[in-house]
Amino acid sequence: MNARVNAREAILNSVRSALKRGPLDDTQRAALDARIPQHTRPAQDEDLVARFMRKFESRAGTVERVTGFDAVPAAVEAYRLGKGLPARAAVGAALKDLPWPADFEMNHGAAGIAEILSVSPAIAGIAETGSLMLAAGPGSPTTHNFVPDDHVVVLEASRIVGHFEEAWTILRARAEGMPRATNIISGPSRTADVEQTIQLGAHGPRRVHVILVG
Amino acid sequence: MTETPTRGPRVGLFATCLMNVFRPNVGFSAVKLLEDAGCTVEVPAAQTCCGQPGYNSGDYDAARALARQVIETFEHYDYIVGPSGSCMATIRHDYPVLFQDDPQWLPRAQALSVKSWELLSFLADVLDATQSDAHYDGTATYHDSCSGLRGLGIKGQPRALLGEVDGLKLKEMEDSEVCCGFGGTFCVKYPEISEKMVDDKVRNILATGADTVVGGDLGCLMNIAGRLKRINAPVKVFHTAEVLAGLADGPGLAGAVKGSD
Amino acid sequence: MEIRSKEFKERSVFAIHDASLQQALGKARGGFVGKRAQQAAELPEFEQLREEAKNTKNEILANLDHYLERYEQAVVAAGGHVHWARDAEEARNIILDICKRVDAKTITKGKSMVSEEIGLNEALIEHGMEVVETDLGEYIIQLAHEPPSHIIAPAVHKTKDQVSDLFEAAHGGPRKTEVADLVNEARQVLRDKYFRADVGITGGNFLVAETGSSIIVTNEGNGDLTQTLAKVHIVTSGIERVVPTLDDATLFLRLLARSATGQETETYTTISTGPRHADDLDGPQEYHVVLVDNGRSKMLGGRFRDMLRCIRCGACMNHCPVYGAVGGHAYGWVYPGPMGSVLTPLIKGLDAAYDLPNACTLNGRCASVCPVKIPLPDLLRELRHMQHQQDITPVMQKRALNLWRFAATRPKLYHALEQVAARVLSGISRKGRIRRLPLASAWTDSRDLPAPAGRTFLELWQGKRGQK
Ligand code: SF4
Repeated sequence: MNARVNAREAILNSVRSALKRGPLDDTQRAALDARIPQHTRPAQDEDLVARFMRKFESRAGTVERVTGFDAVPAAVEAYRLGKGLPARAAVGAALKDLPWPADFEMNHGAAGIAEILSVSPAIAGIAETGSLMLAAGPGSPTTHNFVPDDHVVVLEASRIVGHFEEAWTILRARAEGMPRATNIISGPSRTADVEQTIQLGAHGPRRVHVILVG
Repeated sequence: MTETPTRGPRVGLFATCLMNVFRPNVGFSAVKLLEDAGCTVEVPAAQTCCGQPGYNSGDYDAARALARQVIETFEHYDYIVGPSGSCMATIRHDYPVLFQDDPQWLPRAQALSVKSWELLSFLADVLDATQSDAHYDGTATYHDSCSGLRGLGIKGQPRALLGEVDGLKLKEMEDSEVCCGFGGTFCVKYPEISEKMVDDKVRNILATGADTVVGGDLGCLMNIAGRLKRINAPVKVFHTAEVLAGLADGPGLAGAVKGSD
Repeated sequence: MEIRSKEFKERSVFAIHDASLQQALGKARGGFVGKRAQQAAELPEFEQLREEAKNTKNEILANLDHYLERYEQAVVAAGGHVHWARDAEEARNIILDICKRVDAKTITKGKSMVSEEIGLNEALIEHGMEVVETDLGEYIIQLAHEPPSHIIAPAVHKTKDQVSDLFEAAHGGPRKTEVADLVNEARQVLRDKYFRADVGITGGNFLVAETGSSIIVTNEGNGDLTQTLAKVHIVTSGIERVVPTLDDATLFLRLLARSATGQETETYTTISTGPRHADDLDGPQEYHVVLVDNGRSKMLGGRFRDMLRCIRCGACMNHCPVYGAVGGHAYGWVYPGPMGSVLTPLIKGLDAAYDLPNACTLNGRCASVCPVKIPLPDLLRELRHMQHQQDITPVMQKRALNLWRFAATRPKLYHALEQVAARVLSGISRKGRIRRLPLASAWTDSRDLPAPAGRTFLELWQGKRGQK
């Protein structure tokens, strides 16, 4: 343990001597902690929902709009049947109270290797890049976002914000603090590692479908 | 030409090493262009090299020795102008850096820096001399030399000026902004890499179908011309100044007829 | 990884004559450059963001100790562990200790250049652990037993044919030839590994002091499977990667994907904060961060502080004509291209990599695209200066420089020599060119030398105008 403590001190001291100063005093530290970054946010002049959809679809994501949460199970059913998938899915427990069909088998736990469809709740949409923000938790296991081939994400239209900074504000406001994993998802998994040819479905979902509510 | 009646700016011409030895015609072209634009041009005999070979080889002392010489020789002119983006970027950007810890020479380096100009940008940006009565029969493609382009922002000026030349058609090549592989001593230290790079450049030149390549730095032009000649490609190579001055009437670089001066 | 930068010359010549390599490089070059240019053009604020990114990084670096301490506090508060490693060996040992403690058999890895820098895989394998690279590019080169040749596209030097061969040999055929089939095959093979992994190791693009989070940015999702499914998640990162807040990370995220792959954003941006919570249904039980110094704090002190702004986007190598000609392996260590030519001598020693700072035309294209405006050519020149000061520069070159200086500071002598050169070269030329010149074969082996006309400009000018 001692060696490690020493490494920490050695590195911090080396940083300080490179900066030609000792440790900062409390006033200086307080000033740094109080700093509020004001970086340029790229201008947007588009309706948030329209921009979100346009951007998300530009990266091979798909979006459909429904009027209310009650319509979500039917949309999932239609998607599932369209892809010829069996009547089961990994579904985040946050969505478990929707009016699902009786024969729809749901796994609210972590996704195992055999899971091929999942349905997750997004806590925000980000119009800037057309991205989804999902937070790990008992109602939304992270494995649901990456293991299945088909990932359906339920996003309330009112949760779409303009810029990333606004999404971070949502995270900071959470009573339960930062999620273990915050996943910003901008479409299906892809790779260009073989001769720069873009191929979808590298390791994560081959398709990401957004059901936009409201 | 003798004394210009209304005295325009007094310009000291920086006669670059490569131009001095390999292409005097570029110097005469520069003088013609400057005088036509109303300048009084002098070529101080005490000049040699800007010092860049030393600087880029990491020999800062040698670079400083040369820089002091250039400063002393040119500081009493209104401007120091040279037909090379590379040398002029050294004077403009590197001299002040070389003397940053020297309170005696720093102000002199800075003073020279701000009145140093690459020929084409001087004509276009300072003198607003955008007319040309030159004539050139042919299709030319312009190579952007790196120091001029990225160091001094030279891109539009030569193209605009060349656009004024009667009979000349400009055709852009792919990757005109990519280095030709000259790089001063680089081309002899790493000849194979340099060859690969100049080959890519030559391929892009040939793809345009142009019969002439023009550019603003003799290092690049000699490299390109040398490679074009070696593969027997019938493309002429001129410095932009030669074309603008109407002095591009010979066979171009690497094609000069002996004793044609 | 053993450094082979001393063989740069041989390896670069070899690379130029390697047909497959040239084919692969040719395919990559245009794509990266064109897509980045398009992204930059589509974002009016792009140049302003570069300037802000540069300034923000400079502010962070000037207070690096503070932000590292704040970051550490936040990681611990989130239930994670922070380890500090002065050098590569210390970093390897920290990670080995963790892996041994949890009795790791299979270790999955997301792409991490720091793990390459510290030679992690070799160490883990030596201790009997199975190490599986999961980024497709990294997986390909792991099968080929090669180091990465690019910091964001590690297998950019491989053609599809070569990938087909590697997969056939490793997975036991039938040989796939379509990109889709190759990707799918790797997907199936690697799925199994994620689920079996004991430890998942990833890099960290950004470390956020505000929340104690590490951020990775990927397209494939492999980094997420790696860190979510393993029992232990270890993040390896350089100490310079810390940023104060999520908002600061955003500034760099806006530049990273655009500069790297020419995308507006990569598919996944993942913010990881500590191990799984009591009520979480998945995620690692332990979360460790290894903060690696390995020469970075020293860089902070001098002319090379600028280099610590690097966000590892790879734009400099994508735009480097030398990299484009020889590929990444010629550079002989982990980091190739312009940023590697600065970092390698600084981390591994000036004389271990003499050629790297020199094999550059200082054309400046790298700096013109670097999202954090690192003056790479100036830093390379600075390294040449250090080589010159420390007598690492070859003797012949030093002599030549001394001679040049002697002559060039004596105008009369210099002009006389120039006149001799002009006459001699003109004399031996034919039809305006010289095809072969002893002592200058490095030029004339591949190019003619344009011949002078016989007299120098200054000579002719004197004759015409008679000025002093
Ligand atoms: S030096 Fe600049 S361009 Fe190169 S990898 Fe680093 S951030 Fe990117």
